[in-house]
Amino acid sequence: MNIQADYNFAYLDEQTKRMIRRAILKAIAIPGYQVPFSSREMPMPYGWGTGGVQVTASIIGPDDVLKVIDQGADDTTNAVSIRAFFAKVARVQTTTHTGEATIIQTRHRIPEEQLREGQTLVYQVPIPEPLRFLEPRETETRKMHALEEYGLMHVKLYEDIATHGHIATTYAYPVKVEGRYVMDPSPTPKFDNPKMHMSEALQLFGAGREKRIYAIPPFTDVVSLDFDDHPFEVQKFDKPCAICGAEAVYLDEVILDDRGKRMFVCSDTDNCESRQAAGHRGELSGMEAAQ
Amino acid sequence: MSDQPLLSVNDVSKFYGSRVGCRDVSFDLYPGEVLAVVGESGSGKTTLLNCISTRLEPTNGSVTYRMRDETTRDLYQMSEAERRFLMRTDWGFVHQNPADGLRMAVSAGANVGERLMAVGDRHYGNIRETAIDWLGRVEINEDRVDDQPRAFSGGMRQRLQIARNLVTGPRLIFMDEPTGGLDVSVQARLLDLIRGLVSDLGLAAIVVTHDLAVARLLSHRMIVMKDGHVIESGLTDRVLDDPHQPYTQLLVSSILQV
Amino acid sequence: MMTAAITVCDVSKTFTMHLRDGIKIPVVSGVNFAIKAGECAVLGGPSGAGKSSILKMLYGNYSTDFGAILLSHNGEEVDLSKAEPRKIIELRRDTIGYVSQFLRTVPRVSALDVAAEPLTQRGEDYEVARKKAADLFAQLNLPERLWNLPPATFSGGEQQRVNIARGFITDHPILLLDEPTASLDAKNRAVVVDLITQKKAAGVALLGIFHDEDVRTKVADRIIDVTTFAGSKAA
Repeated sequence: MNIQADYNFAYLDEQTKRMIRRAILKAIAIPGYQVPFSSREMPMPYGWGTGGVQVTASIIGPDDVLKVIDQGADDTTNAVSIRAFFAKVARVQTTTHTGEATIIQTRHRIPEEQLREGQTLVYQVPIPEPLRFLEPRETETRKMHALEEYGLMHVKLYEDIATHGHIATTYAYPVKVEGRYVMDPSPTPKFDNPKMHMSEALQLFGAGREKRIYAIPPFTDVVSLDFDDHPFEVQKFDKPCAICGAEAVYLDEVILDDRGKRMFVCSDTDNCESRQAAGHRGELSGMEAAQ
Repeated sequence: MSDQPLLSVNDVSKFYGSRVGCRDVSFDLYPGEVLAVVGESGSGKTTLLNCISTRLEPTNGSVTYRMRDETTRDLYQMSEAERRFLMRTDWGFVHQNPADGLRMAVSAGANVGERLMAVGDRHYGNIRETAIDWLGRVEINEDRVDDQPRAFSGGMRQRLQIARNLVTGPRLIFMDEPTGGLDVSVQARLLDLIRGLVSDLGLAAIVVTHDLAVARLLSHRMIVMKDGHVIESGLTDRVLDDPHQPYTQLLVSSILQV
Repeated sequence: MMTAAITVCDVSKTFTMHLRDGIKIPVVSGVNFAIKAGECAVLGGPSGAGKSSILKMLYGNYSTDFGAILLSHNGEEVDLSKAEPRKIIELRRDTIGYVSQFLRTVPRVSALDVAAEPLTQRGEDYEVARKKAADLFAQLNLPERLWNLPPATFSGGEQQRVNIARGFITDHPILLLDEPTASLDAKNRAVVVDLITQKKAAGVALLGIFHDEDVRTKVADRIIDVTTFAGSKAA
């Protein structure tokens, strides 16, 4: 049997897990509020999801089924490593199917398939403070949150419109949670922002280096900030997925050769594969098969 | 001028340990009145300004302010949220160094628009239009609206700072050496602009300056500080033309005649 | 009207020169006089007798050590020598006008706006006030090309005419004149004499200092000899 799993379930010691759970409970109680916690050293570098991993380690149980995605994909290094890590230290079952998972740890995407009650989405967050780029002082940003002084957030959007003619922020697009706290949804594309609103699943956010945890409980109001005359809009794609033909999903651009040939394919690999399995085809799927 | 003071400063003292920042300062400021606080470096004028503008809590004394709803409130009994709201709506603060009062990395338009957005304005077009209007009033060309203040000259930055403060129609504005560090021709333009805006908008102002010419041009009334104390106060032209205290006489006689 | 517009009772003033070992320079003492509405009184006496100081005390520009300066302001009697700064500003706005010897220029403000300001301060429409200032400039033969320029670069005589227009533009019941004709030519002196006569007819109480004898005899109803108020040598 596996030594690591016997040492302690899910890598962290029980005291640490209790500490993190308390932070999580507080975060759920105050939706969108950044709760400080004493982030631990993890066996991976900062920026590889240490915050998300600590949150997952604190909530995972032996019966959970874990899915890990990185930019929507189950098969990238980060996703594969973290999945392997938990398979090793918690001996939990892992999956790539969104529907089968009880816990989904994610970097920069929300799965296309609608999440349901009982599922938990754990986000890896690099910089939790949405006001950071305009106000470098932590003392001041905390005060601004406390006093609900969020004019500055619109200054950023104003700058976008002034510079680009439209709100050019496409990821980490700020939201207001339950009419109170302005929150950074982590660098997910703004395409995913509407999925956070009134989600049936619990959403937890862990920032390891910055030592913050925040949460959106199920069925919580999440509104993307905007202007009356420049309302919030999600990205639109000209073509469906080149492989599965899906529309109204988030697509990644893939360069096919050095002569500028490219295709747009589903960022959510599980969604794409499930559709292919169900017989959906895109314009390049034959070519893909040929390769 | 109204009969009720807008701001009342009562026995305000600030001690830094055993050192005196300012001591037992009292005065009333009425709507539309401009008060100059003069004195040399270290005389306590900036400490006093900070104590009055809630940027620094005084050791003793109280400062009361007549709110827009006509209730008189003790500034240091208000919640911090109320105080900060007051500061960005009904008050303005013009720093000597514009970089302290501006966001140097966002455009001029956003600098002016920030206060509007802070009080809930959510219409980009209106915010931008108001910002452009204010840039015009402080003599900054409309085509600079998307430029960052880093690309502005010292005088322009100072004017931008003034626009940023006045956009919410404050009734009281604090200025800390507003013309400090500017060359004389730029100073003159700025002073004239401030003078015009203050009288057009009926603003009350407290101007800290060591420049007696600035005090004469802008203020109705002045107080002279030395070693943290107010040593002389009164009508600006009277204090300057008929000074009584030895220190004030020294100050006045030290002005270079051009 | 027989009541005095302004009454000066037993006023005295001494300068203490702290920078010169605190020596006291008595300026005037026991100043007593009253001026009626419609009257023009002239302060007489040699240079240094304290004429200008008396005028400045009456305008609130100098403090008064002792005595009272009573005047009627918006229907109430006020002692200017003890009035708060705010009150003095109000008095200057509504009751006492002043033509100083020198114009204190403000950068970038045009001559028209300088002259119109006392009216706009009282709430007069900007264009109406400028029109009135322009009329006065025309009367005073100030070349029209100067009207929209800031007076800083004007000659002494030109500046003085701007100053006179600024002082005469309002209908203040009391008008103080500190050598308004000093740098004017004969033609413009005559205009000023005319303006003063009009003010008298309108019931304004005037107190002035005129070194020009011709003007003085034309406008003065009475000379107040300032030498009788000579400051008693520090008792």
